[in-house]
Amino acid sequence: MPLYRAHVLVCGGTGCTSGGSDKIYDAFLKEIENFNLKDEVQVIRTGCFGLCAEGPIVIVYPEGAFYSKVADSDVKEIVEEHLLKGRIVKRLLYKESLEEGQIKSLNEVKFYKKQMRIALRNCGVINPENIEEYIAYDGYKALAKVLTEMTPEQVIDWVKRSGLRGRGGGGFPTGLKWEFAAKAPGDVKYVVCNADEGDPGAYMDRSILEGDPHSVIEAMAIAGYAIGSKQGYVYVRAEYPLAVKRLEIAINQAREYGLLGKNILGTDFEFDIEIRLGAGAFVCGEETALMTSIEGHRGEPRPRPPFPAVKGLWSKPTLLNNVETYANIPVIILKGPEWFASIGTEKSKGTKVFALVGKVNNTGLIEVPMGTTVREIVEDIGGGIPGGKKFKAVQTGGPSGGCIPASLMDTPIDFDSLTALGTMMGSGGMIVMDEDTCMVDIAKFFLEFTVDESCGKCPPCRIGTRRMLEILQKITSGNGTEEDLEKLEELAYSIKDSALCGLGQTAPNPVLSTLRYFRDEYEAHVKEKRCPAGACKALLRIVIDKDLCKGCGICAKNCPANAITGQIKKPFEIDQTKCIKCGVCIEKCPFKAISKKA
Amino acid sequence: MIKSIQELEEIRKKALEELEFRKQQGEGIRIVVGMATCGIAAGARPVMLKFVEEIQKRNLKNVTVVQTGCIGLCKYEPIVEVYEPNKEKVTYVKMTPEKVSKVVAEHIVNGKPVYEYTIGYEENKEANK
Ligand SMILES: Cc1cc2nc3c(=O)[nH]c(=O)nc-3n(C[C@H](O)[C@H](O)[C@H](O)COP(=O)(O)O)c2cc1C
Ligand code: SF4
Ligand code: SF4
Ligand code: SF4
Ligand code: FES
Ligand code: FES
Repeated sequence: MPLYRAHVLVCGGTGCTSGGSDKIYDAFLKEIENFNLKDEVQVIRTGCFGLCAEGPIVIVYPEGAFYSKVADSDVKEIVEEHLLKGRIVKRLLYKESLEEGQIKSLNEVKFYKKQMRIALRNCGVINPENIEEYIAYDGYKALAKVLTEMTPEQVIDWVKRSGLRGRGGGGFPTGLKWEFAAKAPGDVKYVVCNADEGDPGAYMDRSILEGDPHSVIEAMAIAGYAIGSKQGYVYVRAEYPLAVKRLEIAINQAREYGLLGKNILGTDFEFDIEIRLGAGAFVCGEETALMTSIEGHRGEPRPRPPFPAVKGLWSKPTLLNNVETYANIPVIILKGPEWFASIGTEKSKGTKVFALVGKVNNTGLIEVPMGTTVREIVEDIGGGIPGGKKFKAVQTGGPSGGCIPASLMDTPIDFDSLTALGTMMGSGGMIVMDEDTCMVDIAKFFLEFTVDESCGKCPPCRIGTRRMLEILQKITSGNGTEEDLEKLEELAYSIKDSALCGLGQTAPNPVLSTLRYFRDEYEAHVKEKRCPAGACKALLRIVIDKDLCKGCGICAKNCPANAITGQIKKPFEIDQTKCIKCGVCIEKCPFKAISKKA
Repeated sequence: MIKSIQELEEIRKKALEELEFRKQQGEGIRIVVGMATCGIAAGARPVMLKFVEEIQKRNLKNVTVVQTGCIGLCKYEPIVEVYEPNKEKVTYVKMTPEKVSKVVAEHIVNGKPVYEYTIGYEENKEANK
């Protein structure tokens, strides 16, 4: 193997790829060839580095230069200046990474300082398409250890003692689930990985599959050994083509290296994995629906019990875990359950990956120890709210979750504290909201999603959530009444109690949680027909300030709805019943006399 | 096909060597080669490549080769600075690929800088002319 004097890591994660990192990668190959550096410099595509807001990202080793917002037109300069002449291209460095002329190590950058990467340990570090790089960082060592030094019972005991809980949303103790599956009677058992990831705004699982697919493969093989299964399935949505491709490559490489298949590592253990593509319906993430879908039927939930551990795929005992849950397993085996249990809080151990999005400066993929507070995430890691706006709330748990208001910013995040606040850990979407966000509108957004995604099998979910949505629409359009608020709450509780599966049972949460913390906002909508955040278009009023208006008539000429009338040289007026709130008049008024009013 | 843990371990070690470079700098020995225009003109590239070659040949760990821009002493190019943790830096001047082999053998491997190639030695020589 040739030794390269420099490695160029180009982020091939979701965010950077959509920012054009493919072209950047190609440009590097070309320029390196042009400058005749092919034998000295290696270019590698990695998974997400986390700081997606600054993407596309390129890191050059050994200096560890962290270039951000790179364009393909910058590549020639990096190759010529940095790789050929050794002069770091300062204008492209991530602003925080240069200190007194010295490049700071990545861990010192604020965004990474409070993070701890376990599930994401290899993302952005290795080439996900090269199994040897995974092996270099202790890959498949945990599988080897398990197969040669541990009994299945010991493995399960370790997972139990680690305190790991499922990262797919519910937070069920993983070790216990493994034990149920192991103890269930039957010769044929299955190991399934849930990579459906239906939550809007979430891309944690996708990033793990794209950046480090082998960690999931290794963990599934370990699970297979622990419960006595020979066959695994990864259920991944077809909308994730890069994740699917990297997973395919990884599975094939693992087979070639004898890490999947028969006689793994010279033992008599046998295990293989197949990929199943999902059509991307949210309900297919629900475990019983997911298994029905793998079997080739329409993905509809069924009542539990029987639980999958007893009666799952093709009615055989089945172990089903989330991508991130699996990604933690090899590390637990290598570092021991006590190590893992020492991280996090009393009842939530380890770390959690979040997709930090919304009104925050550093959007991206983060992993923090359980117990990190909302404030630390938003202010220290996220770098605060852009544009000097005020922080209002974070939404967690997606369509099944709720909000944490600014007043509770110091809440340490773990499974139980979030549930106590009326929200959920969920799979890890975290949406930051500022003062311009209307909480009624947010609730409506998630409910629209639920209504679209309900499978329609049971009436409370099919009809009830639609009724709730109608009420919310009525409120945000300025026609809501106080009775509507009562009806909304009543409906919410009855759907929660009567829906068949988790989708319906949790669908009212965004409404209940915003009612709990932002009731005054709902009331302003129904009582005063006012949206305090100024977000609900129908409740906005466009008004002319009489003192500033010079009576030029420009606004009236430009109004597409003919809503403005007046006499030249006298203040003009807007007829609110005609105004469609297009904002054209605000732009056109030369005297800044027109403004929006909440 | 990997048939045993030993084989897995061998692959791990070999692959890790390749990735040593991706460690954050500041850990092991750092060899910094001046590669500005005049350095390249004076033959810095073959010097740098020779370092890389020697390091690979001898399977040295914890050594990285880094380039830098103008050091400000153009007439002594090619210039190479060696940084070892907790030691004063050593500056080699007028380097050639032949000199590199000796620096690697005596300084990098055995910890004894080669004084007759260093800047102090060279400056004395000039002064005594
Ligand atoms: C409507 C619905 C959607 C779900 N979507 C996902 C999903 O996208 N990914 C996931 O891992 N779990 C999802 N879950 C949770 C799974 O049913 C299951 O609890 C989880 O995958 C178990 O893995 P874990 O114990 O490792 O968390 C969903 C649940 C419901 C009710
Ligand atoms: S709760 Fe909704 S998604 Fe779940 S089974 Fe009923 S109708 Fe389908
Ligand atoms: S454009 Fe402005 S100043 Fe002119 S009439 Fe309209 S509001 Fe008054
Ligand atoms: S917002 Fe649009 S519709 Fe309303 S008054 Fe101004 S120009 Fe006319
Ligand atoms: S996708 Fe490149 S940093 Fe996240
Ligand atoms: S360019 Fe080499 S010292 Fe000036």
